[in-house]
Amino acid sequence: MAASVPAKRSTQLGDALFAGMVRAAGIFVLLLLGGIIVVLFIGGLPAFRQFGAGFLISDDWDPVQEVYGAAVPVFGTLITAVLALLMAVPLAFGIAFYLTELAPQWFRRPVGTAIELLAAVPSIIYGMWGFFVIVPIMAEYVQPFIIDNLGDLPLIGDFFQGPPFGTGLFTAAMILAVMIIPFIAATMRDVFLTVPAVFKESAYGLGCTTWEVMRSVVIPYTRVSVVGGIMLGLGRALGETMAVTFVIGNTNRIATTIFGPGNTIASIVALEFPESQSGSLKLSALLALGFILFVISFIVLAISRMLLKPGAKA
Amino acid sequence: MSSTSVPGAAKNIAASVGLGKRRYRTNTIVKVLCVAATALALVFLASILFTLLIRGFAGLSLTVFTTSTLPPGSHGGLLNAIIGSLIQTTIGTLVGTPIGLMVGTYLSEYALGSKLGDAVRFVSDVLLSAPSILIGLFVYAVAVAPFGGFTGIAGCIALAVIVIPIVVRTTEDMLRLIPVALREAAMALGAPKWKMIVLVCYPAAKQGIVTGVLLAVARVAGETAPLLFTSLGNLNWSTNLTKPMASLPVTIYQYAGSAFEDWVQLAWVGALLITFGVLAINIIARFVLRDGK
Repeated sequence: MAASVPAKRSTQLGDALFAGMVRAAGIFVLLLLGGIIVVLFIGGLPAFRQFGAGFLISDDWDPVQEVYGAAVPVFGTLITAVLALLMAVPLAFGIAFYLTELAPQWFRRPVGTAIELLAAVPSIIYGMWGFFVIVPIMAEYVQPFIIDNLGDLPLIGDFFQGPPFGTGLFTAAMILAVMIIPFIAATMRDVFLTVPAVFKESAYGLGCTTWEVMRSVVIPYTRVSVVGGIMLGLGRALGETMAVTFVIGNTNRIATTIFGPGNTIASIVALEFPESQSGSLKLSALLALGFILFVISFIVLAISRMLLKPGAKA
Repeated sequence: MSSTSVPGAAKNIAASVGLGKRRYRTNTIVKVLCVAATALALVFLASILFTLLIRGFAGLSLTVFTTSTLPPGSHGGLLNAIIGSLIQTTIGTLVGTPIGLMVGTYLSEYALGSKLGDAVRFVSDVLLSAPSILIGLFVYAVAVAPFGGFTGIAGCIALAVIVIPIVVRTTEDMLRLIPVALREAAMALGAPKWKMIVLVCYPAAKQGIVTGVLLAVARVAGETAPLLFTSLGNLNWSTNLTKPMASLPVTIYQYAGSAFEDWVQLAWVGALLITFGVLAINIIARFVLRDGK
């Protein structure tokens, strides 16, 4: 009895120590995210003070006059990410549909792995591939074709005008689409697999075709999670840096056509940072841009997580 | 009765045959489009790998591994970049993994239903998908600017911050898969909770956790943006962690955009090395997980 009391005490001590340690690690992660927000905000404060709310709507970026505005990179970030989603979602849906319903059983794992490897390719490789392979194809074939065929349409034709440089918003969005397809496809595949087989079998039993089962059973059942997966892809597209920097053309002007050059928050930060003095207003403007990007991604990722939370289905 | 219903039924059959044809045609079209979408994604992957092989192999030679980066035209290699990448990836992983492991343990074993646990899980998931360039800016502001210079240490810190949420996610998922009976057996023998976790749960979840760490290594080995603002890159040979340090992705970035033929060639060699390294680690990670099941 006398011996077991100290043993019990040391047990409790060990447990308390371990619990305290892992809890501290958890709090550390909380502080880390808080730290990122605070540091970016404080770093951007001089720029926010100098330009006020005008920072958000000004399209100036003039290091000589020390006038900076966020409108062009924010516009470029949003437009490339949304264009990328428009291209990626139908493709990702097709892949997820193929991998869950159409492909022969033995074929699913290798194809699924190949799609996942597409997500593992580093972003700088996408940049090089985009710049040396995709840009020439765009300049030579794709852009002249679109400009010739859509450029003369009334109302929307103006968006498809301009010289076919190969680089620009459209090419950046295309590379982004290839990069986020595997993320969206993997999420869709995983949620499609959560549909109980009984639901699908009863629809097949009524004589539904595969597509009808997909449209009337699987998609309604997984709707919310599918949107969550799309938001996850959007979150990735917003902050992508290296791939976009290679192909977007890097011009601080709001493009009037989808082939025009532009920039994104991430690309302007990566390019302008090496030319910014520590403590300068320019560096502060870049940190302020970082803060804006963080706020946008945080909102998108928070929505994505809320939708993907188990139990939030249907 | 029957004589009146027959014409109607016949009409319905004709109509439903037409409807059936349309339904099956739609079905076939959708199926074909899905196969095409999958094929297109595979074509992208093949195109990337093919481009890397063709352009990378053209410049692959022993000097790439034995010489540091040199001025254009003097047959430099990538030795300092390869070593720099290995050092920063290793230290970043060694620092990030224990923290991620502890956070994952907290979430799975201690945070059931707690508000703090929910907050930590949420924040960790946000960090997992947060733009890595922002992590670079953050580490620049806390570990580079105050000390007046770019350092290899800052690069390691940035990579560690990226490693943490990846390890958290896999650790939590894997610990949750361990059957309750296994935990109860350890508890019934009088083991304290921490011993149950360390001696029973960790070994049982080993394969999953190793997979998570391997995936984290693969992810940070290719990271460029966070290193631009922290370890900066270094064209000279240096293993000093308190000085700017070269890395493969940053060197590729500097070389690919240059106007010199031989530098662009070396960028392709670097891209070949990093991509096949990263993909190999990914495939190994999958085998580790599959063997465990």
